[in-house]
Amino acid sequence: MSGVDGVALAVLTVLFLLVTVMGFLATRWRRPTSMESLDEWGLGGRSFGTWITWFLLGGDLYTAYTFVAVPAAMFAAGAVSGFFAVPYTIVLYPIIFVFMARLWSVSHRHGYVTTADFVRGRFGSRGLSLAVAVTGFLATMPYIALQLVGIQAVLEVVGLGGGSNIIAKDAPLFIAFALLAAYTYSSGLRAPAVIAFVKDFLIYLVIIVAIVYLPSKFGGWDAIFSAAEQKMATPNPTDGKPTGAFVPGAQAHWAYATLGLGSALALFMYPHSVTASLSAKDRNTIRRNASILPAYSFVLGLLALLGWVAIAAGTKPIGLDGKPNAQLVIPQLFEDSFPSWFAGVAFAAIAIGALVPAAIMSIAAANTFTRNIYKEWLKPDATPQQEAKVSKLVSLLVKAFALVFVLALDKQNAINFQLLGGIWILQTFPAVVLGLYTRWLHRWALTAGWAVGMVYGTWQAWQVANPRAGINHFGGSLSEIPFIGQMGYIAVTAFALNLVVAVLGTFVLRAAKAPEGEDETIRGDYFADAGDPRVQKVLQPLHQETPNP
Amino acid sequence: MSNVHTGHDGEGGAGAVDHDTVPPANKKLLAVAGVLLALPVVALLWVGSYSRVEPRLWGFPFFIWYQFLWVFLCSALTYTAYRIVLRARPHRAMTGPSAGDRTGEQA
Repeated sequence: MSGVDGVALAVLTVLFLLVTVMGFLATRWRRPTSMESLDEWGLGGRSFGTWITWFLLGGDLYTAYTFVAVPAAMFAAGAVSGFFAVPYTIVLYPIIFVFMARLWSVSHRHGYVTTADFVRGRFGSRGLSLAVAVTGFLATMPYIALQLVGIQAVLEVVGLGGGSNIIAKDAPLFIAFALLAAYTYSSGLRAPAVIAFVKDFLIYLVIIVAIVYLPSKFGGWDAIFSAAEQKMATPNPTDGKPTGAFVPGAQAHWAYATLGLGSALALFMYPHSVTASLSAKDRNTIRRNASILPAYSFVLGLLALLGWVAIAAGTKPIGLDGKPNAQLVIPQLFEDSFPSWFAGVAFAAIAIGALVPAAIMSIAAANTFTRNIYKEWLKPDATPQQEAKVSKLVSLLVKAFALVFVLALDKQNAINFQLLGGIWILQTFPAVVLGLYTRWLHRWALTAGWAVGMVYGTWQAWQVANPRAGINHFGGSLSEIPFIGQMGYIAVTAFALNLVVAVLGTFVLRAAKAPEGEDETIRGDYFADAGDPRVQKVLQPLHQETPNP
Repeated sequence: MSNVHTGHDGEGGAGAVDHDTVPPANKKLLAVAGVLLALPVVALLWVGSYSRVEPRLWGFPFFIWYQFLWVFLCSALTYTAYRIVLRARPHRAMTGPSAGDRTGEQA
């Protein structure tokens, strides 16, 4: 891999500029009277219908990093660490079907923007709400950084970013992110909603072309699967065990199932998923989407198989630094197999695929900071205008931080933190999702469960070594499940522990008659729909009649 | 912070709906929807039922094509559950500017 692929780079640049223009124009789309509130800037006016939500959520959940990392895992380690993405993104939808409509309804009634808003209102607990907010914020940061890793992978294969001095090396990434930051700042959630159309069109186009065209080029599916089977059965020189799994063996069933389930439970705890869901215009938008979003899961499955196509194709993912880097396998496969111009389209699909989630994630992280840290703890009397202003600024800071994170530190740090983020975010599930159904769990018990889950999960992840990669800590997301004795996803074990602590703690605290905190919601709130009036918030004092508008 | 709604404790007149209740639903239909939604989860978490290579379909190992098949099944089941849920629990409109505030109640 030497020199720059000019044609591919030109196509990539043109498409990138196109979405940049669209991002800036997005502020005019469904123009609100004022952009100066979190409902408008941060939730697109809570106005998105079924199809826009489909593009937005699809663009948001199926990120560039997913598109790079899933086939990379298939290529390097086989079905357990790669293909679990398919059951994960299938079981996801029945799960969110059940609880997201309730979250939408109660958020509509009470004007909640984040899950921490809901937890605060439901349990009357600032501490628990802060725990949820901080967890969401921390888990999102490395996720944004990984989107940059996705763009970097593309740029590296095109031949950019190999310069010896730091400015030439990182300038393209820097420019891309500066543009993203600028239009997110001005257009808010409308920008990724518009760009998501282009992103999804390109992704579908590229993957369908790849899956139709490439297999015949490399001897058909039979040859591809036997090449994969052979590679996975080959002993690894480090430990003499097979390279990976072609089909998960009996000892990997727990791992495969818990990775799928744990990831599915965790995904809609992330602030960016919640933001995209709450921007829907009515209660049932998300339910209708639960039946059409699996289209993306199908594409993700095909993409995962491209990792095995690369095995048959003999793709050699070597970075510009001369070291093998599995993350480059998909861009490299496209570069080797497609004509330059179409490789450019494929690279654009991945790069633009990074922009949509990066934008939504930074908006969601900013909303979380503004609502649950700034307004809650620093400036309780902030006006909606001030909230929007702070959120816009924080969205810039978050992206700047992600950039520094990726450029200054080793990429492995971002991957480690992302792994931890998945474990952490699942620990907010009991407070948020069980909270949607019952007030029985005590707020302090939930906080204790959260803390135990966080500590246990972090400790377990720290202990995982990966001798093949020469890593002593954070080498993977699996560890032995106590009592069961099989390997399982750490997040799920921590989650189980979290639940046990929350339930036992609730018994103790109830026996001790610990104060429960005030619940500002009523049962009917969980079934409200778009036409139902919002609860009027009164500032002072309590127990005063709400004025009728 | 006092983002607390008021009027919650006011008593409504005759025929007024108490919104601090779960809207009525056909429990049997809800249970059917619940089963439909549970099917894909159970099927896919039961990894032992599909972690094998044979029978192949167009060269694809069973493990691969079976999971692809569930993408479509899950989509169909979720959509069916959606139709059922809509029927099982019709929306009960909330009235008045705040929860339980019956001053805006309509007949």
